[in-house]
Amino acid sequence: MAEQTTTRMNMIQAINSAMDVMMARDPDVIVMGEDVGYFGGVFRATAGLQAKYGKTRVFDTPITEIGIIGVAVGMGAYGLRPVPEIQFADYIYPALDQLVSEAARLRYRSAGEFISPITVRSPFGGGIFGGQTHSQSPEGIFTHVSGVKTVIPSTPYDAKGLLIASIEDNDPTIFFEPKRIYNGPFHGHYDRPAKTWAGHPGGEVPEGYYRIDLGKASVVRPGNDVTILCYGAMVHVVVNTIEELGNVDAEIIDLRTLVPLDIEAIEASVKKTGRCLIVHEATRTSGFGAELSALVQERCFYHLEAPVERVTGFDTPYPHSLEWAYFPGPVRIGTALKKLLKD
Amino acid sequence: MEAERDRSNLPPLSLHVPEPKFRPGDEVDFSTVDVPAAGSARRPDTADPANSFHELAYTLVRVLDDAGNAVGPWNPKLDADTLRRMLRSMALTRAFDERMFRAQRQGKTSFYMKSTGEEAVSVGAAIALAADDMCFPSYRQQGILLTRGCPLVDMMNQIYSNTGDKLQGRQLPIMYSEKRFGFFSISGNLATQYPQAVGWAMASAAKGDSRIAATWCGEGSTAEGDFHSALTFATVYRAPVIFNVVNNQWAISSFSGFAGAESTTFAARALGYGIAGLRVDGNDILAVYAAMQWAAERARTNQGPTLIEHFTYRVEGHSTSDDPTQYRSAGEPTSWPLGDPIQRLKQHLIALGEWDEERHAAQDLALAEEVKTAQKLAEKNGILGHGLHQAFETMFEGVFEEMPWHLKEQCQQMLDEQKAAGL
Repeated sequence: MAEQTTTRMNMIQAINSAMDVMMARDPDVIVMGEDVGYFGGVFRATAGLQAKYGKTRVFDTPITEIGIIGVAVGMGAYGLRPVPEIQFADYIYPALDQLVSEAARLRYRSAGEFISPITVRSPFGGGIFGGQTHSQSPEGIFTHVSGVKTVIPSTPYDAKGLLIASIEDNDPTIFFEPKRIYNGPFHGHYDRPAKTWAGHPGGEVPEGYYRIDLGKASVVRPGNDVTILCYGAMVHVVVNTIEELGNVDAEIIDLRTLVPLDIEAIEASVKKTGRCLIVHEATRTSGFGAELSALVQERCFYHLEAPVERVTGFDTPYPHSLEWAYFPGPVRIGTALKKLLKD
Repeated sequence: MEAERDRSNLPPLSLHVPEPKFRPGDEVDFSTVDVPAAGSARRPDTADPANSFHELAYTLVRVLDDAGNAVGPWNPKLDADTLRRMLRSMALTRAFDERMFRAQRQGKTSFYMKSTGEEAVSVGAAIALAADDMCFPSYRQQGILLTRGCPLVDMMNQIYSNTGDKLQGRQLPIMYSEKRFGFFSISGNLATQYPQAVGWAMASAAKGDSRIAATWCGEGSTAEGDFHSALTFATVYRAPVIFNVVNNQWAISSFSGFAGAESTTFAARALGYGIAGLRVDGNDILAVYAAMQWAAERARTNQGPTLIEHFTYRVEGHSTSDDPTQYRSAGEPTSWPLGDPIQRLKQHLIALGEWDEERHAAQDLALAEEVKTAQKLAEKNGILGHGLHQAFETMFEGVFEEMPWHLKEQCQQMLDEQKAAGL
C-alpha cells in the first residue's frame, strides 16, 4: 500500500474513489439512490460514476426508501453487491423494516442460502444548519439490530478504506458519513473559519485499492490521563478541544466501526488511564454511548478513578437556530473533562 | 378571533368503517359477487401496451365453465399429462396441508398455515413458470414447492424444527427457504418480498439474464408501503416481474374491504402505475396458468411487469392460531361461487375422458400414504418440543458471516451458565 500514489482528497472524493475502485474491480457492484446518477448525488459523492460505468450500474431511483432498500436486498439475493444511497440519514426510517427485518436477518433465517451483501451509504450528523430533518445521528438504532454492521469514518483516508471493506463484506453495512467533515476536519467552533483537509494526514488518500478492516479502532492521540471514545465528526472536535485546553493528556480513540466494536482497544486504554469520556452527537438516552459506558464499567470497573462521563446531543429533536447549543462542542467537552479529572 | 361559523345547517359528517356482508350466524348469499362467463374476457397480445386492456383489471379471466369445459381465448390447451400433473400437485398440497395441520393440533409443532381452496394459485403458477424463475412467495405458496418437487420430508423437517431442518430451527414453521427450487426465504413481515422480487428481476435484466421473478402477497398486504414502492420501481425500470395478489377475501379477521375492495379491484391497483393488470378466477387453474404464462411472456420480452389478482377464497382459518367461525359466517366456504379448484379441474379431466372417479380416489389414497410416509421419516428427526434438536451455540451462528467477539462472548456465557445449571 505504501507504494501507492496518494492524492489530496476531501471525504466526498475519497468516498467517490472507493466506489470507483470497487466498481472497476467487481462487475457486481452497483450504485443506486435518489439523484445519484446523471447528477452525481446531492453531495457529489457519485459524480462521474454513471458516465464511467453506465446506467445499468449507476442509476437514479424513485423517492421511496423502502423500495431502495427492498430492491437492494433482492439484488443482493440475485448475486449483486449493491451500494444504495439514502440521501440523508434522516430519511432512512421508511426503510427500517427492509433493513432490520430483511437485510439484517436474511443470512440467519435462510441459514446462509441468501445473503445481503449491501452497503447503505448515508450522510448523517449536524453542524450544517440542516434542521431536524437533515442533521440526525441515528446510528444507535442500527447498533441495536442484530445482523448489521455500523461504520462511521472520520477522515477521507479512513472513509475510502472502510467503504471498500464494507462493500467487500458479505453482510449488510450501514455506512454513515459525517457530512459536517466532508470538506474538512471540524474544530467545533461554528463561528471560526472552516478548515479544509489540506495539511491533515487523513486527507492524503491512495488512488487505488486498499482496505481498512472493520472492527478496528484507531488511536488518534495517545495519552495517559483520560480515554475519550468518539467517532465521526466528533473526533476532530475532541482533538481540537484537547489541543486548546493544552493541559489534558487525553488518549483519543476513534472507534471507526461501532459494530463490530474494537473492545480490546477500549479496554486497554481505559485500564491505562482510569477515566473515560464518551462523546457523540446523537441523542443521549439509549444512544451508543450508553452501550460504551456499560461495557467500560463491566470490563474496567476496578481501574476506574471516576464515573464514566457522556457528552452527547440532548434528547430533543435537532434544533435549527439553537444548533450550536445542541452540538456537543468544546465547552461541553471541557466541562465534562474537568469533572472527570477533578480528583 | 374569527367569528364562529354557523354550522347548524350543514349535514354532519360520518365515518365509513367497512363491514363484511356476513358475520357468524348470518345466512350467506354470494349472489352479488359478479362472476362473468368463462371465456368472456379477451386475451390481448403480449406485446400490447398495458393501457390498452384496462377492462381486464375489472372482469375475471375464466377458462373452465360450469360444465367443466375449457373455453375462450385464454384456454391454454394443455395436454392431458400436464393437466393430470396440475391435479396431482393440487391434491398433494391439500393432503400435505391436512396432515401438517393435524400434526400441529397433535402438539407436534407450534404453527401451521393451510392453503385449502387456494391451491390453484400456487400450482398453476409453478407449472407456468420456468423451473429456475425466482419466486418470492408469501406464507401460503407451499404449492409452488410441492409442484417443483421439493421433498416432503425436507418441508416437514422445517415444520418440526428438528435435526433435519436445514434452517436449524430458526424460523417459524412453514417459513421455508429453498434456493435450489427458486424459492426465496419467507418473511413473516408482510409484502417485504415485493420490492425484493423487483430487485432480483432488475438484477436479472441488468445482467442480461433470461430468468424472471414472481412474487405473491395477500390482498390485505397490498396496503403495505412495500407493495406500492415495488410497483413504482417495477414500472420505472420495466422489471421482468409478475406481481400476484392472492385475494382470498380475508386477512385474518379483516375482510378485503379493509384493503380497499369496496371501492375497486386489486388488479386495478396496477393501472395507476401503468402496469398490466389482470383479474383472474383464482379457483380455475387453467385461468391462473394462462395468466401467468401470458405475464411471463411479457416479462421475458422486456414488456415489463404484470399484476395479477387471483380472486379466490380462504376456506380455512388464517393459521392454526385463529378460529374463523368467530368472525365470519360458517356458510361462506361452502357457498363460494367459484367452487373448489381441485373439483373443477377433476371435472374437466373427466369431461375430456382423461380421468375418472376411481383414479381420483386412488390418487387421493396414494397421496395421503405418501405424505404419511414422509411424516414418519421426518419425525425420526424429532418434533418440536421433544428435546432440543439444535446445539445451543447454533443460535449464535450465521448472524454474520464471521462471528464477532460480542457474539462469541455471549455464546460462551450461555454455555457456561447451562453447564453450571447442569443442563
